[in-house]
Amino acid sequence: MLDTKNHPNRLGLWGWLGGGRWGVERYLYTLHRLTGLGLLAYFLLHIIVTSSRAWGSEAWEAAMARVTGSIFVLGEFLVFAAFAFHAVNGVRLVLVELGWAIGKPIEPVYPYRTSVHEQRPLAIGVMVLAGLLVVAGGLDFFLLP
Amino acid sequence: MRDQRLWTWHVLAGLVILVFLGLHMAIMHLDALLGIFNPAGDHPIAWENVVARAKLGFFTFSYIVLLGAALFHGLYGLRNILFELNPGAGLRKGLNAALTAVGVVMFAFGAWAAWAASALARTL
Amino acid sequence: MRVPSEVTFRIRRFDPGRASPPAWEAFTIAYAAGMTVLDGLRRIKETVSPTLAWRSSCRMGVCGSCGMFINGRPRLACNTQISELEDLPVTVAPLPNFAIIRDLVPDLRPMFDAHVALHPYIIRDDVAEMYEPTGEYFQSTEELEHFLQFTYCIKCGCCMAACPTYATDAAYSGPMPLAQAHRYNADSRDGGFRERKAVLAGERGPWKCHYAGECSQVCPKGVDPARAIQLMKRQLVFDYLRLYTQPCPSTVVPKATEIKRRADVPEAPAPTVARG
Repeated sequence: MLDTKNHPNRLGLWGWLGGGRWGVERYLYTLHRLTGLGLLAYFLLHIIVTSSRAWGSEAWEAAMARVTGSIFVLGEFLVFAAFAFHAVNGVRLVLVELGWAIGKPIEPVYPYRTSVHEQRPLAIGVMVLAGLLVVAGGLDFFLLP
Repeated sequence: MRDQRLWTWHVLAGLVILVFLGLHMAIMHLDALLGIFNPAGDHPIAWENVVARAKLGFFTFSYIVLLGAALFHGLYGLRNILFELNPGAGLRKGLNAALTAVGVVMFAFGAWAAWAASALARTL
Repeated sequence: MRVPSEVTFRIRRFDPGRASPPAWEAFTIAYAAGMTVLDGLRRIKETVSPTLAWRSSCRMGVCGSCGMFINGRPRLACNTQISELEDLPVTVAPLPNFAIIRDLVPDLRPMFDAHVALHPYIIRDDVAEMYEPTGEYFQSTEELEHFLQFTYCIKCGCCMAACPTYATDAAYSGPMPLAQAHRYNADSRDGGFRERKAVLAGERGPWKCHYAGECSQVCPKGVDPARAIQLMKRQLVFDYLRLYTQPCPSTVVPKATEIKRRADVPEAPAPTVARG
């Protein structure tokens, strides 16, 4: 058995980002991760801020006063958008990863119609639905009183 | 052995969050369109609305359930991402302990705050 | 349709005997219509650079030896026409996510180790019957269809190169070993779910797969490892929730001692050539 000095060749984090040519599911995977991390970071702060209501109205108003301002409104809108995408894509992932939305095994005949093609309508539906929810949230945040 | 169990709970927690956080988002951020559970007027985060919800046992219960499910779901997701970056065995143990500690502490704090707010609201 | 007379290859070279890291080298060779990337590599080795190293064998897409990273996508060199590539020059690199032994030769041992660890063979209790069969293990067409797609795997490693999780996580088994584990779990002749579960329930299981779908997109044989992995996850989750019990492996059916002729099949005509 050869024991030469092999050169490492893992793609590393670039492997998480390589998309575009290969399929929209790869983008959805990356975006799902990013929105998840964003939501977690916001959530940990959110627990601390909203717990102030246990100390009564003054504490609550003080905490709310600290998080007013257009930068916070924009931030909260981004959290809402992240949730809309993460939740809807999450439902898609539950359907796909438990083997329901990917079709039955078939005899492969070229050109191959893989499970990725089977669940593509669902992926498109996810993006459309997430987009609609983001628009609805945008109306509520920025346009309607 | 653990990953089979943890992943199953991750998915179940996700479904729980879908319901409860969806409701929370609808109350907080779709109030102009839907107007649900804001009995004291327009602003969902006005103290009067906060008190009105805290008086209802359903909200205290659902906040605590959502807190637990979201902490588990989020911290397990973060653990997955970090572990996929190939930390060594010692760092893995450390991350497991740290993430569990954060989850337990935040859950205890948040659950106490929800209960305390509910108790306070009932006196108002 | 343009048929150029020449084509340029950019190949990632690496010599383990030298201290320098992998580097690109360009070669221009004569082009003929119908040349595959593998044909191009052979022409380079024959005419320009005799030290170029790669793996290939069958040159017709069934052995799985020539998996390479061609124009940004893992493919089989023998199955890739130069004319089907969108951009030129033809860029050939060794399969990512495997250490490079030399030039275009990846070290596939981690993939095969993970494969072996998942017991990719029929496991049954009746060992005596397996080695000295008295009959056959009956399997209907429907039972076959549950796993037939996943048997077409040629172990080329393209799916491993495309997987975003395998790109960072060396402990992850990867699409090929996991899909092959499911190939056996779903085989009605197999009774080895518990043995494989001992590995699959832990960190070497399918839990790090997040359905990026790249493995199925690049598989040259249409095996769809992503589908196999998700079906396996369902089996494992339902097993944990006690909603799934492994079906008994198919029983032995004794060989037919007398072949009954179907009524609608006519007898064969008399032989026209004498035997013996």
